Amino acid sequence: MKARVTVTLKTGILDPQGKAIEGALKSLGVDGIASVRQGKVFDIEISGGDTAKAEAALKDAADKLLANTVIENYAIEVQG
Amino acid sequence: MKSAILVFPGINRERDMARALRLASGHEPTMVWHAETSLPKGTDLVVVPGGFSYGDYLRCGAIAARAPVMAAVREFAADGGLVLGVCNGFQILCESGLLPGVLMRNAKLKFLCHDVHLRVERSDTPFTQGYNAGQVIRVPIAHGEGNYAADDETIRRLEGDGRVLYRYCAADGSIGDHSNINGAARGIAGIISERGNVLGMMPHPENHVEDIMGCTDGRGLFAGLVEHLERAA
Repeated sequence: MKARVTVTLKTGILDPQGKAIEGALKSLGVDGIASVRQGKVFDIEISGGDTAKAEAALKDAADKLLANTVIENYAIEVQG
Repeated sequence: MKSAILVFPGINRERDMARALRLASGHEPTMVWHAETSLPKGTDLVVVPGGFSYGDYLRCGAIAARAPVMAAVREFAADGGLVLGVCNGFQILCESGLLPGVLMRNAKLKFLCHDVHLRVERSDTPFTQGYNAGQVIRVPIAHGEGNYAADDETIRRLEGDGRVLYRYCAADGSIGDHSNINGAARGIAGIISERGNVLGMMPHPENHVEDIMGCTDGRGLFAGLVEHLERAA
């Protein structure tokens, strides 16, 4: 079973890297970009076929390590 | 003073730290590998040194903060033991939950490696009693992610309870945007835990302790710790 955990910065947290990317896109002449926030994507292979169990394990992984919940939010997606 | 220095893969300031501790206390610190599950008996001070533990993978300090030895450090701190984290050590202490907040990328995205001035905000803690309140000291920094951030409530509590011990300042002690080298909230360079026994700071006092280093302003921190522990003994 495949899963994806996406970690993003909470609103209001300053993202200097996103700002730098935004500036670079502007200087490349890419039009219509209002703002950029950088995040992380984790593609995870789950052993076993129990979706509920997988979701619980991924939540545990995100809370314990993948995200720093002081500044980051996460979203879990299990792809059957 | 019996000190223990934690060693994680990718840490590179442990020998500088050992040298400063030896100079201040006359005792050889013990190096403690990250996979250990206990600290040496009779440890007075645990030091989490600087470097790039686990190559700064995931987030600075995130993986080291979950190493086996950190459970022992958490227990040691809960018993009131003194813990000092410098640079990557500060990041590790924040990631482990021993200190609040987080260290973000420097506001201008540059790795900063130069001397800074710090204002010592209080002198009545084990980590600052070697200085006078309001004293300005000069110590080096070397970090890319030292931009301290926390939610407004946490910052208010840190300030209200006098838990900011070191703040970036100009040579004359003035504080403002001109002295805030990395964009840290309120120019915070170092904070202590609620109980006051855990200090995390970005600058490297251990690199200004001998004449040959060009400055000895970092000595006060270590001398203060030795004095505190001798008085407590």
